[in-house]
Amino acid sequence: MAAQELTGAEIVIKALVDQGVDTIFGYPGGAVLPIYDALFQQNKIRHILVRHEQGAVHAAEGYARSTGKPGVVLVTSGPGATNAITGLTDALMDSIPLVCLTGQVATHLIGSDAFQEADTVGITRHCTKHNWLVKSAPELARVMHEAFYVATHGRPGPVVIDIPKDVQFQKAEYTVSPHITHRTYRPVVKGDIEKIKEAVDLIANAKKPIFYTGGGVINSGPVASQLLREFVRLTGYPITSTLMGLGAYPASDKQWLGMLGMHGTYEANNAMHDCDVLINIGARFDDRVTGRLDAFSPHSKKIHVDIDASSINKNVRADVGIIGDCAHVLEDMLRIWKSKARRPDKAALADWWKQIDLWRGRKSLAFKTNDEVIKPQQAIQRLFEMTKGRETFITTEVGQHQMWAAQHFHFDEPNRWMTSGGLGTMGYGLPAAIGAQIAHPKALVVDIAGEASILMNIQEMSTAVQFMLPVKIFILNNEYMGMVRQWQELLHEGRYSHSYSDSLPDFVKLAEAYGATGIRASKPSELDAAIQKMIDTPGPVIFDCRVDQFENCYPMIPSGAAHNEMILGDDPEGASVSEEGKMLV
Amino acid sequence: MKKDEPIERHTISVLVDNEAGVLARVIGLFSGRGYNIESLTVAEVDQAEHTSRITVVTSGTPMVIEQIKAQLDRLVPVHKVVDLTVETKAVEREMALVKVAGSGEKRVEALRLSDAFRARVIDTTHASFIFEVTGTPEKLDAFIGLMRSLGLVDVSRTGVVAIARGPEAM
Repeated sequence: MAAQELTGAEIVIKALVDQGVDTIFGYPGGAVLPIYDALFQQNKIRHILVRHEQGAVHAAEGYARSTGKPGVVLVTSGPGATNAITGLTDALMDSIPLVCLTGQVATHLIGSDAFQEADTVGITRHCTKHNWLVKSAPELARVMHEAFYVATHGRPGPVVIDIPKDVQFQKAEYTVSPHITHRTYRPVVKGDIEKIKEAVDLIANAKKPIFYTGGGVINSGPVASQLLREFVRLTGYPITSTLMGLGAYPASDKQWLGMLGMHGTYEANNAMHDCDVLINIGARFDDRVTGRLDAFSPHSKKIHVDIDASSINKNVRADVGIIGDCAHVLEDMLRIWKSKARRPDKAALADWWKQIDLWRGRKSLAFKTNDEVIKPQQAIQRLFEMTKGRETFITTEVGQHQMWAAQHFHFDEPNRWMTSGGLGTMGYGLPAAIGAQIAHPKALVVDIAGEASILMNIQEMSTAVQFMLPVKIFILNNEYMGMVRQWQELLHEGRYSHSYSDSLPDFVKLAEAYGATGIRASKPSELDAAIQKMIDTPGPVIFDCRVDQFENCYPMIPSGAAHNEMILGDDPEGASVSEEGKMLV
Repeated sequence: MKKDEPIERHTISVLVDNEAGVLARVIGLFSGRGYNIESLTVAEVDQAEHTSRITVVTSGTPMVIEQIKAQLDRLVPVHKVVDLTVETKAVEREMALVKVAGSGEKRVEALRLSDAFRARVIDTTHASFIFEVTGTPEKLDAFIGLMRSLGLVDVSRTGVVAIARGPEAM
């Protein structure tokens, strides 16, 4: 008996259900009406209506990053697809698995400049891991399953499936199994065992080692974090992480040095500079981390574990490059370490920790408080202290507040921290918080925001209110695009060209206008009570936290400088940027 | 990273699924990441399997060449990437169609030289020849160079195709 024929739109829904999808984020339009009609007639998939397609993609990212599952987006053709571009690029840079379905004009209209036509596969080729234009319904089920496979295997990333409207109406059999063997794409997950042995030898013989871990550990899943913890504790070595990797190793642990990089801690960056063995697990030697490349960790042997072969030797030459999934490689490293009864060099390690403790003693994240004005760091510190012991998810926008959040909010678990790392997308935090809240309805989800960034996707307040999502938007309001202003001080003699946030809305009234709650704190004495009120408020909250307008984010490695040339907050004088450094972003 | 690494020229073969947009992916990768393309050829090589072979000649430092191969290899429709310059001894060929117009002694000289290059005349009028010449890119350069003073009017080159020596497939 022939399988029952379904319309293309029904095939889409069935494939999503077979992939275990229960939530999608989207916005309807002409070219996806058949899929929206199929959604209407079922109840297995919940659709979250956003207010702008960029918000849909960031929400799907927040969902994906807080769950480890792929996020799914549904948008229409033309402007629906082009509005999704920023989110797709963001997900590509941060290796977030997404499946984005875009409507397209009917196949016979493609190329005719039809209404709401855009060359979606052409435009998104550069900002997706892969994409497909499905020209007939019989291919649709296969492409859907292949898309989930590609998005989630190897280095994860966003994919786009462009589905013309006539294909959504066309009938075909649905016969494909959701588990496919891909013709060409079969990423390596097990590392080369000889190289892993070589790495373990280097690790065991190190005198001044450091673990430098990244988002690859988070993407590899909770097992990778567990294995990392076990291995790091077994060695007793110090560990630092990129912005993307925070939470993989508990920040409350004594071996944790804090984040590294441009706004990383003094101890993490100096340890990176002086180490003799650098163990990179799932990080990509991003320019925010390395600073000046030719002065980056000059005396170390470098081990680099990455699932993406193109990350190895891209920016920094690895002495031992291991292509594989972090969890698999860590498992092998641990097994070899144990079976060979490896021991760290205790005496050398003690000296190394003594040196690190001297750097720690510099207290590079310290800041001075007073009774008059809230320091932004202080606001985050209080938020952290007052939410301890809760299941808390933090998202951010992009700028100074983001770096302060990374420095002063400490994560003990993976998948709790969602921030736009690679692309640096202002407007990421609120929709990402919505996605995280959808996935974790009972958790406390806070978007640590700036007053400029939040306005980039403020329309998603409607989404939060509609779906009764109690996200908390904690705005560090200094009335400046603070990071822009900080760089203008550093590079352009304080000429604040267009970095003042003029004509801001009254955020308390804005919250109320959306049907949410607005809270304001302007004095340090008001802070704790206001934060408590925010936590206790059942619905969405906009918290307008008026902070010191001119506080800058330190420590900082100025662009074009090396890890041991940091500017510290208590000694910002003499900070200068080389002519070469000024060219860098 | 060393800035003074030498620039090398490499011929890379890429076996891909012959699906829509695959060439755009490869070209987009090169333009998006600022890599050079000196020549690029593509054609289906297995109709039943729907696979195409792309031969790309590129140049860069050893680190850049390694990146190019790794970046190509992670494209979803790519089956295999082989650096014919590094991994094997390979043979490279290119074909050119060369139109030379003229009369009298120059016309005779063009014909005589074409013989030395084993170029074939595939079209002729009283005023012109089209030569088909095959060989390494350097040989083609030399032939075209010689034709320049003899009435060269038009050149069409295929770009390099290459294949490894020995009994193995790529």
